[in-house]
Amino acid sequence: MVTAGPSPVAAPPALLTVRNLSIRYGDKVALQGVDLDVRPNEIVGIIGPANAGKTSFLRALNRMDALVPEMQVDGTITFAGRDLRDVRNLYALRSRIGVVFPLPVGLPLSIYDNVALAPRLRGVKARSELDGIVERSLRRAALWDEVKDRLKSLGSLLSGGQQQRLTIARALSQEPELLLLDEFSIAIDPVTTMRIEEVLKELRQELSIVLVTNLVQQARRLAARTAFFLGGRCVEIIATELLFSGGAKDQRTIDYLEGRFG
Amino acid sequence: MTGANPFAPTSLEGRSLASQGVAKAGFLVITLLLLIPALGIVGVLLVEGWPGMTLSFLLEKPRENGAAGGIATALVGTIWLTAVALVVALPVGVAAAIYLSEYARDNWLTRTINVAIVNLAGVPSIVHALFGVGAFVHFLQFGKSILAASCTLAVMTLPVVIVATRESLQAVPKAFREATWNLGATRWQTIWRIVLPNSGSGILTGLILVVCRAVGETAPIMFTGAVFFRQLFPNGVFDKTMALSLHLFNVSTQVTNVPRHVPFAVALTLILVVLSMNALAIWFRMRLRGRKKW
Repeated sequence: MVTAGPSPVAAPPALLTVRNLSIRYGDKVALQGVDLDVRPNEIVGIIGPANAGKTSFLRALNRMDALVPEMQVDGTITFAGRDLRDVRNLYALRSRIGVVFPLPVGLPLSIYDNVALAPRLRGVKARSELDGIVERSLRRAALWDEVKDRLKSLGSLLSGGQQQRLTIARALSQEPELLLLDEFSIAIDPVTTMRIEEVLKELRQELSIVLVTNLVQQARRLAARTAFFLGGRCVEIIATELLFSGGAKDQRTIDYLEGRFG
Repeated sequence: MTGANPFAPTSLEGRSLASQGVAKAGFLVITLLLLIPALGIVGVLLVEGWPGMTLSFLLEKPRENGAAGGIATALVGTIWLTAVALVVALPVGVAAAIYLSEYARDNWLTRTINVAIVNLAGVPSIVHALFGVGAFVHFLQFGKSILAASCTLAVMTLPVVIVATRESLQAVPKAFREATWNLGATRWQTIWRIVLPNSGSGILTGLILVVCRAVGETAPIMFTGAVFFRQLFPNGVFDKTMALSLHLFNVSTQVTNVPRHVPFAVALTLILVVLSMNALAIWFRMRLRGRKKW
């Protein structure tokens, strides 16, 4: 079980601060007026039904709007003390924020090259250094033991669960401070899901995680605090333990938890 | 248990089954009709041209305006024209396809470019020939030369290179691009490391199409660099040259006293050049495809 989030008084300065965030795709509003903080070494869960704006929220944190022409982001996102809108060097930003999408993406490269790709892009050339990064990242993603004898085989031909851990290893290869996970367990089996959840609990020692999930119980197992998104708004954000002991203030949250909709 | 067969066709079903059979047979017959011209062309060329297809025919230079001797200078000239056209068309076409597939946003410029490509593909080759005379022979002062002719062929084949390459680039899943961007890669790094290595087969398709057209086209090169008769091999891209396609036209219609088998042998050579290039490219493509990547 996860312990309750720290009380507001003792809260350390946030790693990520989101204020009044709104996202539009053309005329369609995906998210409106969201405030949310992520503290160092904290897992924040985001739950909610489809079309709640959860994925858009993650995309904004990673400045995906720079690649999606019709995506319009308003509001303030502060990461590591900098306003994201002022960050010109998005490549450096993306190397400090790792992302894992719902569907596993094994790039059509060898397992080794999958994990070594990001360090190589940053200019790491020494074989020994790359070897170290690859092994460490794969170990942290709980994949090393399964693939250490076939690092040269194609990453895109691994099983779904292995590919998802490969995706996580790739995200970890650049030592991010923040890891964004978007329904990572949607395409993988329950056993692998539990293994990755164990991985995430370990990772919490070293970085912060925003976990978007359809599985309410997954948020319960992992998150210190959980936000409930509905129809493009953040209905409430609350310590997970409180949420699951009947502490939700909003009736819609309670309805969702009890499975009355969504 | 006995009783009526529950699967016996009703009269309506019987009629649909019957018409289904007729339709299938009809379509098959029409498709088989396609084989007539294909087999006919190859058959006639083989029967009529094969006696003329000797090693000396391929390796000797033509004499008496093509009525005697071989086709060596025309064959070499066609290879020159095709190779130079490839060197010009492939890089430009691939670059344009990369821009359109990976960088371009959907705005008026992109739409204009797309319309231009479609229109370029529809321009008759004789019009390309006139454009080549104006643009390459005179304006760029290449003179009547291999370079001018190949550039004309390149312009003519650019649309197919662009379309084939663009389609193969877009066949690379978007998820790969997003995953690579999210690792902090630039667009170019993504293209270079992930997209291009996985779209080789499309680029090869473009290559095949360029070769086929460049080998076979007559009008564009006869205004811009191919000559009626020349016994010298080209020494460089500013030389004029003979070409198989134009030579075929000449020995069929312009030159008198040509032995009957010569035009057929020239045509057979032309087809064999195209087919062998195709076979090579298809073999390459199979090898590329054989390595399943995802």
